[in-house]
Amino acid sequence: MSAAKDGGNGAGGPPELGVRTKPAARQPRDFGFGSEEQMVRESASRWLRENAGIEILRKQVAQDHHAAYESAVQPAPWNEKQWQQVVELGWSALAVPEESGGAGMKMVAVAALAEEIGRAAWPSPLTSTLLATMVLRAAGGERAGVLLERIGEGGRVTLAHANVGGSFEPDDTEVKASTSGDTTTLDGTAWFVQDARKAEVFLVAARSSHGVGLYAVPADAPGVKVVPDRIVDLTRDQGRVELDGVRVDEEAVIAAPPAGAAAFHTALPAILTILAADLCGAGEWQLQTTTEYARVRTQFDHPIGFFQAVKHPIVNMMIELDRARSLVYAAACAIDTDPGDALRLARMAKAAASDAGVFASDRSVQLHGGIGFTWECDVHIYFKRQMHTVFLYGDGRQQRAELANALTPAREAR
Amino acid sequence: MAEHAANPEHAEFREYCRRWLAENRPAPPSFRLPLSPIEVMTEEQLTYLRNWEKKCYEAGLIGSDYPKEYGGGGHKGFQQIASQEMGRANVPYMVNVIGLGMAAPTILNHGTEEQKKRYLAPLLAADEIWCQGFSEPNAGSDLANVQASAVRQGDDWVINGHKVWTSLAHFASWMIMLTRTSNDHKYNGLTYFIVPIANTKGVTVRPLIKMTGETGFNEVLFEDVVVPDRLRVDSVGKGWTVAMTTLLYERGAAEGAGSGGGASLDDRVNALVTLARATPRGRGTAWDDAVVRDRIMGLAIRSEGMRQMQRRARVEALTDHPMRLPLQQKVLVSELLQDIARAAVEIEGPRASLYVGDPNAPDGGQWPLAFMNSYGFTIAAGSNEIQRNILGERVLGLAKSK
Repeated sequence: MSAAKDGGNGAGGPPELGVRTKPAARQPRDFGFGSEEQMVRESASRWLRENAGIEILRKQVAQDHHAAYESAVQPAPWNEKQWQQVVELGWSALAVPEESGGAGMKMVAVAALAEEIGRAAWPSPLTSTLLATMVLRAAGGERAGVLLERIGEGGRVTLAHANVGGSFEPDDTEVKASTSGDTTTLDGTAWFVQDARKAEVFLVAARSSHGVGLYAVPADAPGVKVVPDRIVDLTRDQGRVELDGVRVDEEAVIAAPPAGAAAFHTALPAILTILAADLCGAGEWQLQTTTEYARVRTQFDHPIGFFQAVKHPIVNMMIELDRARSLVYAAACAIDTDPGDALRLARMAKAAASDAGVFASDRSVQLHGGIGFTWECDVHIYFKRQMHTVFLYGDGRQQRAELANALTPAREAR
Repeated sequence: MAEHAANPEHAEFREYCRRWLAENRPAPPSFRLPLSPIEVMTEEQLTYLRNWEKKCYEAGLIGSDYPKEYGGGGHKGFQQIASQEMGRANVPYMVNVIGLGMAAPTILNHGTEEQKKRYLAPLLAADEIWCQGFSEPNAGSDLANVQASAVRQGDDWVINGHKVWTSLAHFASWMIMLTRTSNDHKYNGLTYFIVPIANTKGVTVRPLIKMTGETGFNEVLFEDVVVPDRLRVDSVGKGWTVAMTTLLYERGAAEGAGSGGGASLDDRVNALVTLARATPRGRGTAWDDAVVRDRIMGLAIRSEGMRQMQRRARVEALTDHPMRLPLQQKVLVSELLQDIARAAVEIEGPRASLYVGDPNAPDGGQWPLAFMNSYGFTIAAGSNEIQRNILGERVLGLAKSK
């Protein structure tokens, strides 16, 4: 018998599922991933291997469990010197448009960089700054351009808009804006702000009677208070940003209400793709590390990878990660060449990557056995990072619900 | 986009395929066609499908990349396009699936010049149907345990043995066959032959009945069947190597001489949405059930994910190991087909008890049939358990489970 030859439609699949508006056959079959993009990946991979390998990471974030979880304020260790180095290497400018002094690289290159950061579980404000970069690009205009230029030079900007329930939908923001003359006053709290202590500027979504606007708020502005969360993930930094009568002038208005929500929604495919790439990279580390353990750990006179109860789940990790990674590059390529289909593919990528990340985390601990449950085994570092990334901007279940809603005509929805 | 500009020939061929398929789509038959070519049972089904396949061949959509001297189109990179477009057009599938997908690439890779000249052209044209004789009652997952013997007798070989799960044998002119020529070595004692099946003395083809109640595959008995040495493929004792080539193609890890047609995975997932919307559940439909929606979207993601995996498999810069993605193909397709059918059966609920032939069966009873038939794919071509062994061992370097 023969396996069905199926699904082999490549970039040119049928458009029925989801929101595709243009024939995807217009996308380059190679995702537009050429030599420049490959160079980005290789140089990022090399630099991270040499400067942020697992030994360094362990010393940096998981040296001492008391410090990690019991000190009065949770440390969020990162290396500012290294940040300067990668800024010089052009990482922060990668996604900044050329007119703002950046490299204006394609989204497939940004995805490759995000994947390498995930693989290294690198504690740095780069991922959050990349997400903010995408929103600024979507907002457009002179003021966004100024901030983008600053990002290219190493400025650290992060999005601040989630509510206390963990909704990342900008319409759900708790921050209120009231404008009189040239001055806008911001009040309220933004929750689940990534790299809250590393950021120099918060890109705050705030609601007024005209809708949601986006405002650039310096971290040291009067009335801004950053309260760090105590989080599971050792490689990240998260907190809430309390805004108490924070006054900003016109220069801070990145998108006047109601354009803030639209800018965010335009950027959403890129946000989801970057996070999915991070999950895939970290998942690949989990796969390779668990594979290596199954090759060297011996029980019953065999390396444990000999046993199919170990071998097959490892293969399943690989299959899930490869599905997610393929969708990540498809989504990135759609952002570059076929924006009408980008959100559908990005939601699929985030769903697949979240599920793959959950599964890889689960098996990486279980298949390491007793040692996998201990602080000394590195798999916990990635397990925790994956737990964190999965819920940013919606896990698999939420993405699937949104995909189904997109298929349901509005009058039927709800 | 840049890539398309770099390959104007390919873009032109794609356009040609689309136009040709739109203009030449065959009228639907008056009788039922099974879901896949390996379940074709009647002469009228065969004739209908064979005529269609021949037409596709003559139009250049089959054998497009095969050398001209063997009846092919002599192009490069055309087959993938033709197969994609046939899938997209949802035209009938190719009935000579084992010939195109497995025998042709095996003969092209391992056959003698004489074999290529004799067998490839009629295979591509669907004038001769092929079947595959690998599995035996005691050689399933452990394929190298093949016992069917070929004993040298002058310029001939005498074959005795018993092959099972042989799809299309009842229509086949030829079989690609794995035999044992030495008992001294398990793997190196195997030799590969092309064996005549139709009207051959000593060959008995008997239908096997599947769990669905359908026939569609067979057992084939060989009793002192005489085969000339010129039908041997590659050297004596090299049968395992040749068989691995066949399996590489059978498992979809490499592009054969042509494929395409039939309902695509996306068509099937879309059919689930339609089915859920048409299935009453409480005051609404099954589509109102968040669990059902979640399930269907999960399958849509796997379907798209597979398409993108195939796309990525051809981009060297985005693959870590050359076989890592191709070797996943068989597991992915077969399990996705199974899970789609399983979801459909669940959505139908009690109505899934209605089988093909019941006038009230939703979608003509095809889903419970497809669900049962899906086990053919998860078991065939090396069960998915064996596929996971291969992936773990060959791609990840885990210890061999034997």
